[in-house]
Amino acid sequence: MDAKAIHDALVGRFGEKILSADLEAVSPFAVVATEAIVEVAEFCKSDSALAMDNLMCLSGVDYPKEEPPRMEVVYHLYSYTHHHTFALKVHLPRENPAVATVERLWGVANFHERECWDMFGIVFAGHSDMRRILLPDDWEGHPLRKDWEDPEYYNGMHVKPTEQMAERAMGGEAIGVGPFDFTPPNANVETE
Amino acid sequence: MDITYDMLLGLVPPLADAPHWLLILIAAALTGVICFTFAGIGPIVYVYGERKIAGFMQDRLGPMRVGKWGLLQTIADAVKLMFKEAIFPKNVDRKLFLLAPFMVNIGAFLPFVVLPWGGRLQPADLNIGVFYIAAIASISTIGLIMAGWASNNKYALFGGMRAAAQIISYEIPALMLLLVPVMIVGSLSLQDIVTYQAGGLQNWLLFRYFPLMPIAFVAFFVAGLAECNRTPFDIPEAESELVAGFHTEYSGFFFAMFMMAEYTEMFVISAVSSVLFLGGYLAPHPALQTLGPVPLGWFWLIVKAWSLLFVMMWLRWTLPRLRVDQLMYVAWKVLVPIAFTLVIVVGGLILWPATANGFPWDRWVGWPLTLGVMSFLIMVMIRALRWNRQRAGELAA
Amino acid sequence: MSSTGFAPPPGDTWDYDALDTDEMILQMGPQHPATHGVLRVELRTDGEVVRAARPHIGYLHRCFEKHAENVDYPGVMPYADRMDYVASMGNTLGFALAVEKLAGIETSPYVNTIRVIVAELQRIASHCVAIGTYAMDIGAFTPFLHLLRDREKILDLFEWTCGARLLYNYNWVGGMSHDLPDGFARATRDLLREFDAVTYPELVDLIITNKIFIKRLADVGVCSTELAISYDLTGPNLRGSGLARDLRKDAPYCGYENYDFEIPVGDGRFGPLGSCLDRTWVRVVEMQESSKIIHQALNRLEKMEKTDVHETVPRRVKPPKGEVYCRSEAPRGQLGYYVVSDGGVNPYRVKVKSPCFTALSVFHHMAKGMMIADVVALIGSFDIVLGEIDR
Repeated sequence: MDAKAIHDALVGRFGEKILSADLEAVSPFAVVATEAIVEVAEFCKSDSALAMDNLMCLSGVDYPKEEPPRMEVVYHLYSYTHHHTFALKVHLPRENPAVATVERLWGVANFHERECWDMFGIVFAGHSDMRRILLPDDWEGHPLRKDWEDPEYYNGMHVKPTEQMAERAMGGEAIGVGPFDFTPPNANVETE
Repeated sequence: MDITYDMLLGLVPPLADAPHWLLILIAAALTGVICFTFAGIGPIVYVYGERKIAGFMQDRLGPMRVGKWGLLQTIADAVKLMFKEAIFPKNVDRKLFLLAPFMVNIGAFLPFVVLPWGGRLQPADLNIGVFYIAAIASISTIGLIMAGWASNNKYALFGGMRAAAQIISYEIPALMLLLVPVMIVGSLSLQDIVTYQAGGLQNWLLFRYFPLMPIAFVAFFVAGLAECNRTPFDIPEAESELVAGFHTEYSGFFFAMFMMAEYTEMFVISAVSSVLFLGGYLAPHPALQTLGPVPLGWFWLIVKAWSLLFVMMWLRWTLPRLRVDQLMYVAWKVLVPIAFTLVIVVGGLILWPATANGFPWDRWVGWPLTLGVMSFLIMVMIRALRWNRQRAGELAA
Repeated sequence: MSSTGFAPPPGDTWDYDALDTDEMILQMGPQHPATHGVLRVELRTDGEVVRAARPHIGYLHRCFEKHAENVDYPGVMPYADRMDYVASMGNTLGFALAVEKLAGIETSPYVNTIRVIVAELQRIASHCVAIGTYAMDIGAFTPFLHLLRDREKILDLFEWTCGARLLYNYNWVGGMSHDLPDGFARATRDLLREFDAVTYPELVDLIITNKIFIKRLADVGVCSTELAISYDLTGPNLRGSGLARDLRKDAPYCGYENYDFEIPVGDGRFGPLGSCLDRTWVRVVEMQESSKIIHQALNRLEKMEKTDVHETVPRRVKPPKGEVYCRSEAPRGQLGYYVVSDGGVNPYRVKVKSPCFTALSVFHHMAKGMMIADVVALIGSFDIVLGEIDR
């Protein structure tokens, strides 16, 4: 089935819940209403004509500058029996983004959704193990957001070069460049 | 030990007046020093040999830099390990932690006392020689468990428990298979076992009751491999699973002691196998037994033991390791039945009332089978060499 | 809203104080000889038997996706190399294909053939490492060295071509960084001749059909086809479970439809279908198939006209606004790149779906009830590289 046929099947079944679609794109997708994503995904998986039994990828994208500012979760689906691909998207608000989990449909969504939470802060309701996956467990913030700023400190360590180091570098001093002075601190101390 | 006794009396005549127990004490101490020095130098050679053999099997050279062809490598390693800081983690059980390497070494070194290197060249010719070896071999198990427990480390505990399970399981077939040569010879003394095999290659116990004795030899060797924790039975020190198993927490010289114990035990198993099955210090032909006035018994025992050591190393670098339950399966369901069957069958054949020496197995079954198997093996080897040459020719084309 | 999410979910029994007395929690920590990188696996075991397993990743997270948003498209290439550092030709090929699809760039057949040759050589090298280290985990130390010796020869070829042994930056958006040097075809043919005659038969004799190897692996880590599809196992992991799906046949790229090769599939010849042995078996046979493809590609290369490899490399890569999801068959499975462009010189978002990431997601499911030695066998059979998992 090509993208048009898949889109027609989805619209035929769900009507209003398929908000928009772009079938001319290089990877065609359809935007689904947030509260209906699990139903639509389940239909995609279980319907015999669609039979999308494989979730290839689940990604989050942050669009702060679009109209309206939103975050997206993109589900790339594939069918091993019919060899067709399609993508579903969900638009979420940038504050407190939340969407239901598809973990029970495709087991791999467990890891992908954890990464989405870790990087964007999107909460997947019903997920069995909503924890950070790539970043340390005590990290604060969600780095892949477009408004992310590196923190100053993490557990007492400088994350960025300090201002003093930056000033010295701007003053012409070579910071972190050799040759280095390896004399031990007690070199000039008299020994008995 | 009677040699040292005579030597002592010859060198220091005034000692003849000393009380008898003092003489025995000095003679025994002297024998012990000589014997254990030789036994302790062994690991230096074996570690170097293992690294070189491993290198050649893996298409590389092994140690080459320290001394010509890397000959001084192990000495350098031993010196380095002696100078390394022995780290003691805070919560270890100190007494057991320090005692464990010694226990393992005791179990490995003591069997040297009964190994015969020649007619009289044996520290102590105990008339219960085989029984003594069997008893001493269990001491190292306690050492392994102590090492595992005292390290206060889950990995070490795993290694120690696995080691205990493995060694005590494999002791049973090993000791039963030890009985088979003992039954044939009729004595537990190692010296008697060797002299029973006098007269040349065909008299070695390996070729009696063919194919039963070779099966016994192979089974004993396999059980001995498991006793030394060598691949394919090196679960206790399985590098890729448990980091280093029971000796994870040992560093510096204590680690060297565990290595020393392992290689010494390998030599002990090889030497005991050669004494029991391969004729001990006897040459393949009586004419080769002495080179002029110099007796070559020690040389032949070393040749045999080192060949078996080479086989152990060969197996280590070729075979993957067995999982714990598969290892137990091999011990209990394969080796124990083999051992039982062999003991019963060989015992029956010995007691067969047909002739004074038992059933004439050798003449009617043994030698025909031996010659058949030998010719088959030679044919296989010829075919393999021919195939090798053909493939080399293909490559060059 | 709490942004750490550290609390374990309800009903989870990883609480150290709530264990039964005969269970213990063992960390196969980030530093471990057998975890193929910095992977931490937390095992709750009852003696030797594992009751539950939980992998922790992120020790090698190098923020690839954030970097990709701050450099331009050609600048992402070196970063992409470093994800799966064992098979880096596959990474750069995937990204190049994705951006070319988005920007509508077509590469010449000559470039495509070079890409196929290099990708298949990389597949052989990567499987050498995978099988060698796997055999070492199981306890056979020697095959590792023999296979790495053969991998060295492939790396020498790569060094001759592009100057680097491990991280090449060779596939560029629209072409390649260097053309193949003169004599490359002959050198590759020599290498393959020795590979076909010596390495591959030795591999099959010494390792795959070794009785102990089979005993260790044939019943371990059985993954059914449904589980594999649900958890998005791809590549040799999926083919080991019996499903003959290969992107090079299903959705060919770079001219793969012109080559004649088979898809090896696990057939449960020594045990249940989908065991660790099946996956390893698939990798071994794949090396042979790659050798076939390289022979055919070299034949085609000599007959076709040489074009300049920089011909279709744009001076500045600025794909139009849009997005693409492009997959390629890396040695470890399907590597997917989701590239979103806003029309500028830097990508707007690059998300990488790494095959090892999804392979690890099924780990906790399969590790229940195994013994610790089998956990090591399971990790190795998925052929994970932490650089790719953590990006």
